[in-house]
Parts: sequence; structure tokens; C-alpha cells
Amino acid sequence: MTEKRRMTALRLHKALYSIWRNDPGWKGVFTTVNNNTIGNMFILGATGMFLAGGILAMLIRAQLASPQSAFMGPEIYNQVFTMHGTIMMFLFAIPFFEALTIFLLPGMLGTRDLAFPRLSAYGFWCYMIGSTIMIIALVAGVAPDGGWFMYPPLSSSAFSPGINADIWLLGISFIEISAISAAVEVVVTVLRYRAVGMSLDKLPIFAWYMLVVAVMILTAFPPMILGSLILELERAFDMPFFQAENGGDSLLWQHLFWLFGHPEVYIIFLPAAGVVSTVLPVMARTTLLGYGWVVAAAISLAVLSFGLWVHHMFATGIPHMGLAFFSAVSTLVAVPTGVQIFIWIGTLWKGRPELHLPMLWILGFFVTFVMGGLTGVMVAMVPFDWQAHDSYFIVAHLHYVLIGGYVFPMIAGIYYWLPVLTGRKRFFRMGETAFWLVMVGFHGTFLLLHWVGLLGMRRRIDTFEAGSGWELINLLASISGFVLAIGFGLVILDIAVNAFVAVRGRRNPWNAGTLEWGTPIPGPAYNFASIPVVNSRYPLHDHPDLPVQIARGEGFLGEPVRNRRETLAVSVSRGEPEFIAVFPQNSIVPFVMAVVTSIMFMAPTFKWWWLSGISAVGVTALALVWAWSGGSREDEGLLDAGRGVSLPTHNEIPHPPGWWGSLFLLLADSVLFGSLLFGYAFLWTVAPNWPPPRILEPGVLGPVLAVGGAGLASGGIRLADRAIRSDGSAWAGVLVSLAGLVTLMAAAATVFRGTTHNAHAYDATLWVIAGYIIFHATLAGIMTLFLLFRIRAGYLSSRRFGDARVVRLWIDYAVLVAALGLGAAWLPGILAEVPR
Amino acid sequence: MVPTPLALAGCEERLSAVHPAGPAADLIATLWWTMLAGAAAIFLLVVVLLVLAFRRGEGPSDAGADRQREMVWVKGFGLGFTMTVLAALTAWGLWIGERLLPRPGPDVVAVEAEGRQWSWRFSYPDAPGRTTENTLHIPAQRPIDVRITSTDVIHSFWVPRLAGKLDAIPGHVNVLRVEAWEPGEYAGVSGEFSGTGYRTHGFTVIAHDAAGWDAFLTGEMP
Repeated sequence: MTEKRRMTALRLHKALYSIWRNDPGWKGVFTTVNNNTIGNMFILGATGMFLAGGILAMLIRAQLASPQSAFMGPEIYNQVFTMHGTIMMFLFAIPFFEALTIFLLPGMLGTRDLAFPRLSAYGFWCYMIGSTIMIIALVAGVAPDGGWFMYPPLSSSAFSPGINADIWLLGISFIEISAISAAVEVVVTVLRYRAVGMSLDKLPIFAWYMLVVAVMILTAFPPMILGSLILELERAFDMPFFQAENGGDSLLWQHLFWLFGHPEVYIIFLPAAGVVSTVLPVMARTTLLGYGWVVAAAISLAVLSFGLWVHHMFATGIPHMGLAFFSAVSTLVAVPTGVQIFIWIGTLWKGRPELHLPMLWILGFFVTFVMGGLTGVMVAMVPFDWQAHDSYFIVAHLHYVLIGGYVFPMIAGIYYWLPVLTGRKRFFRMGETAFWLVMVGFHGTFLLLHWVGLLGMRRRIDTFEAGSGWELINLLASISGFVLAIGFGLVILDIAVNAFVAVRGRRNPWNAGTLEWGTPIPGPAYNFASIPVVNSRYPLHDHPDLPVQIARGEGFLGEPVRNRRETLAVSVSRGEPEFIAVFPQNSIVPFVMAVVTSIMFMAPTFKWWWLSGISAVGVTALALVWAWSGGSREDEGLLDAGRGVSLPTHNEIPHPPGWWGSLFLLLADSVLFGSLLFGYAFLWTVAPNWPPPRILEPGVLGPVLAVGGAGLASGGIRLADRAIRSDGSAWAGVLVSLAGLVTLMAAAATVFRGTTHNAHAYDATLWVIAGYIIFHATLAGIMTLFLLFRIRAGYLSSRRFGDARVVRLWIDYAVLVAALGLGAAWLPGILAEVPR
Repeated sequence: MVPTPLALAGCEERLSAVHPAGPAADLIATLWWTMLAGAAAIFLLVVVLLVLAFRRGEGPSDAGADRQREMVWVKGFGLGFTMTVLAALTAWGLWIGERLLPRPGPDVVAVEAEGRQWSWRFSYPDAPGRTTENTLHIPAQRPIDVRITSTDVIHSFWVPRLAGKLDAIPGHVNVLRVEAWEPGEYAGVSGEFSGTGYRTHGFTVIAHDAAGWDAFLTGEMP
């Protein structure tokens, strides 16, 4: 019996492996779309960036070890600290948890891959290429030097004439593609791709955290992307968004930046909290206390984090009532954090904690993060912040929160999941030594820096005077800083050695209950030989036999009869089987597209607009190739999904995964648009030198075109949709829609005629709004043409109309933003005419 | 005034926020020492709870016991304890914030501070036409409203021993209330990064006694 079981499992493994495996050799690196491979490469890349940022930190501490240091002049030092912050925040912290999530999520959820495998690859390559560009800029001495938050007017062309600032604005925006794409990926995967029976209340807690984080990324990053875009427009075309004399306001940047920047802190903390919530109960041989409370705490933290961005701007002269509100919210955010801390302690009390290495790091997290949280509450008090702001008190505080609250739990997580990552058990025991080096080094570096900040040492000064009273603390911080660096170096070495030369380990050494421990280690490319059925939060505890059942193909899709990559999608809340998702093959397209995208983003650094334009065409062409390769030219009907259930493929349901992905991408897009309207309103009400000298008059032509275009575009696609569903001819509807979109573009273009792009911030804003509308109408137009060709090639039928639904969604969005945007642009002109 | 824990030479405390020389900085320093004491107590509590977790045996694991635990850890510590502490602190912080506001009064003196890369220019509505570079003259023991702005990038006006910092933003004027207890010299710096000259972007505040201030206004003194 056991022999037969093993045979079945082995045969199944061979069959699935040949379907899911990467291309052999080096080619496989560039064509892989597999979450395990991409996750691994992503983790390596982000670790490399941690090393780069760490080297810069060592340069900083070397410079500040003694007063009047001549090691670096301010020109170099400014690049070093700017890049230290930029690398650690954008190239290490966010990518590292994305990498871990890409790696872990399918295993935890009991599915075979993430929702959009090629998107994972594309995001990863954008990240790698963008990071490489930033590092090259650093080595070449043209790295950004305006501080990691790039405040204009210092970062405007008048005060930062070189390409340094452009590299930051364009490079970081480019790298954010990977954050946005990973977020879309995570949301759709958590909502639709899970084990059968895994209802939302049985979701592994880490998946809940990542769902919250992904939605936060989609809503927090767009304001900064908009900020980068308009600052670059100001630098390149003199559109005065941030120049007070022409109606701009440098505070607009700060609002947009911190609208991103504060949620960002929680975007970084929540994945770490997810790791703690997952690892700590296992280390205490128990289950997490108050699961529902933890989820509620994570969600309220996310919501509150969007209401306290102004606490980075307490010293900018915000009215006192505003300060009171934001101060209150800033302290309120400590409540869900406190709830989580006490739940974790309560979980330890409930169980029997054991001091394994991951637990050591979690204890390090507790001690450090609680201190960072307490100083965080201090700086939430406006009067105290007026003293502490931009001093070394803040430097110390943020390192307590980010290293204590993020890096330590992540190391705990890496050690915890090391068997899944490498298939080996820890053999060499450098880890404990490394832990103590890091602890001593960390607190030695940062604890007394709080005090030196209160003694008046400001951030970002390149050196300090002898006799300032700061010498001893800085020397101690520098020495400890090197101890810390050695400690981190040992951690990485320990993990590397254990990853490559330790002995093979057994499955599930921690006796954990979640599904990622239910596969062979390291996880095979297909993750699960069959999709399991679960009925609790800890399925491996309930059914110790589950891994064998999975391997024998006793779950869903256990027989790969159709010889293609298939996985199961379930209903959002209850986790019932809904359709079979057919996944793409290995492909070079994501890599090539990332390369071309990088050219599109970076060419403007050198004002090579033509090259950027050509690349944009290239990206569009590649995206069309990408989209074309999916779908089916014939109806397949209901297919056997195993366990007596028959399901359609994703091609034959009304709202395919592409529709869901588009929906969440449009969520991010709409936040960007909302930020644009916010900026418009902010400038109008707060900025100096308003109202503008000349206000756009809407006239008659523009509004007529807008109303007509909107009607045609959304009406046409609905006609086409109906025609496709009744197997009729959809050409007329599609063409009407296309005509409508072109009309909308013409309506938006009337804005350009009545304004001058660089005359006033008002004109500049209107140009961006009109440009945004034209961009989306063009995008929807290209999709509509694409739909036309798909119809001609036979990809749509009365059962297969998902493509049309995706296009309809984008057309509706274009119509919506045209209505809102043009309304906002014309409103002042209409109001000006009313009295007459 | 709160005693300082470290014996520091006068020169070493010239930029120190915890060696206040005026009412605003003093209020903030008191806030800091109180918060430090409270934070230390809370930190100790967490550490003790953590240590105890390792010293106790495993508890019962039925649903009733878990409900009990949620009462203690979530509602007791998590919500009850944190919210009480935070509410009290926030209320106090707001009260201090109110007291730091630049309220109008009969003896308020206005001065103007204009930051630029990398110097400060000060002017005095009470002595029209009078400007000083990198030195701000004020009367001691009188509330001063510093009207702060910038002509190029963002700077921040900060005299740590007198008050917190407030940004100098092009196109905006921010008003900071400062006051010095005693006549004397106080060091000031810009608190917002402004490029390669940021480190040396400082100034001096000279607080005069009443006679000295009159002499300054009438131009008898530089």
C-alpha cells in the first residue's frame, strides 16, 4: 500500500514537473515565471541592496566617528546619505517583503502559483534593472543628493541642476512598477487562488496581513508617483508646480510625498507583524490568540496610517487645529499596534515558548520595536516634535522602528522558513553569535543617538565641531555601528552556508500547521501536486496525513490530463471551487518588456524624448503580444477538476482574472487621479499667488465633444458586449466605442488651446489633467482595437467574453476620469461667468 | 527648571533642547522628561511580561480560557491600557501646544527672519530699514513673534534653547513664538537640509535687557 502510494506520488510529480518546470540553464533565469524561482532571485537581489545600503551606512558612521572629519566633503556625503535612505526604503525594505511574499504565498494558500505569473517576472526585472541603474549612478558620482524625500525647491532645477534628481524621480518611479505589480498580484491571489474550503476566516494570518499591505501599496504609492511625475515635468518643461512665484507651492510635494511616506512605514511594518503573528505561535507551541482581533488591528492600522501623514510636517506651519487632529490620529495609531504587541505576549503566555533562533530574533524585535514605538508616540506630540524634528532623535527613532520592527522579524522569518527555502536544516550555528552581535551593535549605535539629537545634532550634517559635546556618543555609535555590520554580515553568511552546504532536512521541522509545510522541501515548481481541501486555520494539525494526500493527487486537479499549467480559483469569501485558471508558459516577454520599460523611463534623464517615445511604442507592442498569448479559440465547456467537480476555465467566466487585476490596478490609478485633483484644490486654496491671471473658458465645443464622446464610448462597448454574448457581430459597437474615445481626446485637447503650460501652476495642472485623460482614452482605444482583432481571430464567443469585459472596464474608467477631470478644469471658468 | 543628568560645559549645551533658556523650550523639556519616565515604565512592564511568559508553564487551551485571555490581553492591556495612556498624553500635548501659540499681547515684539542659501537676514518692524545678517537681536523677558520665510529653498528656524523649530518656506510666512529668560547669546541653526552649505547655516540670537533693546532700536548699537 505505502509502495503504491509512493509510486502514484512519484508519477504525479514527474508529470507535473515536466509541465511546470523552468527552461533549462541560463535561459531559464530570464524566461521563468515561477513564483519559487522569482521569489528566490528577488530575495537575493533585495539582500544585495541591503548590503549596498549597509556599506553606505558604514561610510556615514566612518565620517561621523570624529569631529571635523575630512573623509568626505558635503557633495559626496549628501549623495551617500540620500542613497542610504533611498536604497534601504525603496530597494531593500519593500522589495524584500514582496520577495518573501511571492515565494511564500502560493504555499500558504494551497495554490500552484500567483495569479499573474508573468507579472511577477516583469515586476522582478523592473526592480533588478532599476536598482542596477541606481547603483551605477552612485558609483558614477551622479546619485541623488537632495535627501531621500527630495523636497523641492531644493530638488527643482534651479537648485539641483544636474541629472542627480532626475535619476531619483525617474528611477524610483520605474522601480515602483514592481511594487504596484506585486500588490495587484497579491490581492488577486489572496482573494481568488486558495485551497478549497479556505474561507476568509481561515486565511493564514500572514495572508491577511499581506492582503492589507497590498491594498495599502495600491492606495499609498500613487500620490508619490504623481509627485515624482509633476516634479520631473517642472524640471524638464518648467511647469511651475512647486514655484511660489508662479502659483506653485513646495508644500504640495510634502503632502504628496508623506501621503505615501507615512502609510509606507506601516506598509513596511505590517509584513513583519505578519511574520511575527505566524512564527511566534509556532515557537510557543500554540495557536495565535485573538485571530479576529489581529485582523481588525491590521486593518485599522492601515486605515489610520492614511490619516497621519501631516505628522512629518508639524514644523511647516500647519494651523493649530490641523496639528491637533493629526497629533491625535498619530497617537491613535499606537492603539492597534499596542493591541498586537499584547496579543503576541498573551500568545506566549498561552503556550510554552521555546528559545529557537527565530524566537531569539522575535524577542530582539519586541525589545527594540517597543522602544521605537514609545519614541514614536513622543514625536507624535507636536511640541516635542518641534524640537526633535530633523535631529538625530528622529534618526535613532526611525532605526529602532525600521530595524527593530522590520529587519529583526524578517530575519526571524528567514530562519523559520529556511527549510522551505532551501530544503535543508540549520547545521552551522553562527546564528546565535550573530544575533548577539547585532543586538549589542544596534543598541550601542542608536540608543545614545536619541540623546545627541536632543543636544542639538541635526540630521544630514556632514561633520560637526569639536567641543560640541557630541564626540563621545558619535564615536561609540560608529564603533557599535561596525559591530552591527559584522553581526548582519554573519547572519547573511550563516544563512548562505546553511543554504548551500547543510544537510537535507525533514519536512515541517517546527511542526507548524499551515500549508506551506505540506509540500516537499524545497517546494517543487508546481507547489502542490493537487489542490488541498481544508477546514481550519491549521490544516496540518487537523490532518497530519494531508501532505501525503496532496502528493497522491487526492485533492483537486490531481490528474494533469490536459498537459497545461492549471490551478483552481475559488469564491472570494467562502473558498468554494469556481473555475480552472490556465497559467502561461515560460516566456522571455516579461524580461524584454522590463528592459524596454527601463529605457522608456530613464531616457528622459538625458532629455532623449525620441528614445523614450520609441520605447513607449515598444512597451505597448510587447504588452499586446503578452495579452494576445492567452485565451482560447474554442469553447471547452465544463472540465473535470477532480473529486467529481466540473468547472469552466477562466476563459469562460464573465469576470476573468485579468478583469480582477485591472480592477485593482485601476484602484491605484484612481488614487493617482484623486491625488491630482487634491493637488489642484490644494494649490487653489493654499498656494501663494492665486487665483491665476487667466482662467480657462470652457466654451461650447469642448463640453459638447466630452458629452458626445462619453456617450459613444461607453454605449458602443455595451452594444459590442451584448452582440458577443449572443454570437452576433460586435464590429459596429466596437467602432462606435473607438470613435467615442477619439472624441474624448479631442475634448481634452481643447484645454491645451486655452492655456500655456508654464505660465502658472494652474495652467500646468490643467495640462496634466488633460494629459491624464488623453493617456487613458488612448490606452482604452488601443485595448478596443485589440478587442477587434481578437474578435476577428475567434477568441470571443457567447461563452468567452471576458476580454470584452476587461476592455469595458478600462473604457468606463477613461470616461469617468474625462468627466471628472474636464469638469474640474472647466468649473472655475463656468463659475466666473455665472455673475454676468 | 529640570536638572540635567549630565554635567556639561556651557559650550556643549549651546544647541541643547534639554537645557532650556526660555518658557517654550522649558515646557517642551518638561514634556520630554515626563514622557521619558512614562516610556521607561511601559518598557519595563513589557519586558517583565515577556520574561514571565518564559517562566510560567503552559496554560489551558480550551475556548473558555482563550476568551478569558482575550479579555485580559486585548481588551485590558491592548485597548484599555494603551488608550488611557495615550488619551492622557495627547490631552497634555495639546494643552502645551496651546500655550506655545503666538497669541497677541501688549508687549509682543515682532521680528522678521528670512532664510536663504546659506545665511539669515533679520529685520525689525520696530526699527524700519534696520537689517542684520546672521544675528537676531531681541529683548529678553518679552514674547517675540518671529515671522519666518525663505527666498530660495526650504529652511527651518531653530534656536533649541528657546523654542522648537519652524520651517521657512518660500511664499509662506510662519510665526514662531520665542522668549528668553535672561539677556545673553543663544545659538541658532537651520533645521531643514538645504544642500552643501547646510552644516554652517547658523545664526546667533542676542537677547538684550530693556536698555540694550532700546539702544539697538535707536541704532546706537550694531
